[in-house]
Amino acid sequence: MITVKEVKRSLLVSLWFVFLTFPLMVIKVNPYERTVSWRWSNMVYVAIGTFVISLLAKAWFVRKERRMARQQDSCHARIPIIQRILQRPGYRYPLAAFLLGAVLAFPHLFSTYQANIMTTALMYIVLGLGLNIVVGVAGLLDLGYVAFYAVGAYSYALLNLHFGLGFWTVLPVGGLLAALFGVLLGFPVLRLRGDYLAIVTLGFGEIIRLILENWNAFSKGPSGISNIPRPGFFGLEMSLDQAMIYMYYLMIGLLLVTIFVVNRLQDSRLGRAWLALREDEIACQAMGIDKTRTKLIAFSLGAFWAGLIGVIFAAKTTFVNPASFTFMESAIILSIVVLGGMGSIVGVILGALILVLLPEYLRALSEYRMLAFGAILVAMMIFKPEGLIANVRRIYCYQGRKSNTALKNDE
Amino acid sequence: MLELKNVQTSYGNIQALQDVNLTIHAGEIVTLIGANGAGKSTTLMTISGIVPCRRGKILLKGQEIQALSPDKIVALGVCQVPEGRHIFADLTVRENLDLGAFLRTDKAGIKQDLEYVYSLFPILAERRHQSGGTLSGGQQQMLAMSRALMARPQLLLLDEPSMGLAPLVIKQIFEIIKAINKEHNTTIFLVEQNAHQALHIADRGYVIENGRIILADSADKLLNNPDVQKAYLGI
Ligand SMILES: Nc1ncnc2c1ncn2[C@@H]1O[C@H](COP(=O)(O)OP(=O)(O)O)[C@@H](O)[C@H]1O
Ligand SMILES: [Mg+2]
Repeated sequence: MITVKEVKRSLLVSLWFVFLTFPLMVIKVNPYERTVSWRWSNMVYVAIGTFVISLLAKAWFVRKERRMARQQDSCHARIPIIQRILQRPGYRYPLAAFLLGAVLAFPHLFSTYQANIMTTALMYIVLGLGLNIVVGVAGLLDLGYVAFYAVGAYSYALLNLHFGLGFWTVLPVGGLLAALFGVLLGFPVLRLRGDYLAIVTLGFGEIIRLILENWNAFSKGPSGISNIPRPGFFGLEMSLDQAMIYMYYLMIGLLLVTIFVVNRLQDSRLGRAWLALREDEIACQAMGIDKTRTKLIAFSLGAFWAGLIGVIFAAKTTFVNPASFTFMESAIILSIVVLGGMGSIVGVILGALILVLLPEYLRALSEYRMLAFGAILVAMMIFKPEGLIANVRRIYCYQGRKSNTALKNDE
Repeated sequence: MLELKNVQTSYGNIQALQDVNLTIHAGEIVTLIGANGAGKSTTLMTISGIVPCRRGKILLKGQEIQALSPDKIVALGVCQVPEGRHIFADLTVRENLDLGAFLRTDKAGIKQDLEYVYSLFPILAERRHQSGGTLSGGQQQMLAMSRALMARPQLLLLDEPSMGLAPLVIKQIFEIIKAINKEHNTTIFLVEQNAHQALHIADRGYVIENGRIILADSADKLLNNPDVQKAYLGI
């Protein structure tokens, strides 16, 4: 299975890594004592480690290629296992019931701290699902998604500060305001695609952040707005722990609603129009799809969810300032969508869980945390470039006359 | 059915159409022939509103449509099969066809038309779960035409359906164009470089050169016109 050529290649890889990491791993300079110590053992570890990893990766690719070759004629096998399980009603409902039970029991099984982290993860899932409408389904690369999140957060902060409006009143208002901003951004960028769209949306995100940072009279500038009330529950007094758990269940509820809506949207006429728009604009127009309207709806719906989560974010942290809405946030949400697999709901959920929970649970590695995180991301993109859950709808294939109906019974 | 009056279209500074006048009657097959870059595709794009009409009028059954957006024009019964087919490559054949019927809500009628296009092109029925991009060129052209038919247009605009296809497939496609015109009484405006085939199935024809209509006549007369024979039929 492993040929001499591959061993040679791995040797080269390991030599290259030794060279690259030499100054960092081997030489240790102590400026006080003016001594240099050479840690040769580190070099050996790096060499052996990279050699083995490179060989394993190669072996994995070889196996993958063989598997692909075997599956040339049977396209069923290419559907990811999770999707196959989900497609079978016999598995689907017990699995869903189990998941729901686990999710509901979570805050009682683990500490409030864990529930809190999980709430954050849930928020990112919903953000990911919102951005997925824009990027994954409609194919509009939006790098300024965090702007709508900021609009939501600040609408709660400001409306509460000036008018004393409560969480439940502002929740829809924040969403709608964000949707309005989505339309505002949508109009000028209707004619743009791909890279150009990405640049303009990136600029839009920064503009919103800079306004919040510099317009002191409006948004209190970099110092932000504090003492934002947590969501109320029929006027009940809650301890901090209870409030956290309440927040958790709130997010579960919102997530379920979001999944339901997004799922329905993808199967709707509008969902079809988005897919079509992603594929070919001219053909869309020739089919009578209103390009302007379809794009604007995608932008504003995506923004709506960001706005909702913005309001929840403000309520959860009880404090907002512009530092929470940097480009980094947009990048993370976009990574969730890409990593999970564009257009796939299950993929986005997994992507968000990995991207949010992994850095938390990698804390055990202390200073190597971000290094390990980066390495895992790179590895995932190498081994599964189409995302964790590739969107299955692409893999129908010709199976001859008889087995056609078995694939998808839509007639 | 359709009338273009002094239509001018330009891309920036390039004027692609200069005072184009033409008329298409209901139930006809009319062809527009011309060399590369003469402005054939631009004419179709202008009719469907994808490229804006700079000056002049476009009348559909007496109603001015030159200022309408493309989706409104499709809703009025004009459907275009764009040059180069433009099928949705990642969607299945069936999904492509469904998108053709995007503006329609009559489920029964859609189902009936689906059966109809499957009967016109049985290969599409066979491949309905295959993604559009994996079809051969000829099959893609069939899909593009079927998708347009799913909108049940009164006026079908075809942009070079024979482009890049084998002679046998071209023959089949042209026979079906004729059949669509006969069976459904669909008016057809056919843009072609393949002047010979187009003039054989058309009732009338126009010749376009550098954005101007230079000749208009019945198809038979154009076939026998010495200038046309020399320039477009290679005789
Ligand atoms: N999108 C465009 N931008 C600028 N010029 C164009 C565009 N499309 C077509 N043209 C120009 O308009 C003229 C007519 O093109 P077209 O209608 O595509 O010709 P045909 O379909 O007859 O080959 C050509 O000179 C072409 O270069
Ligand atoms: Mg052309």
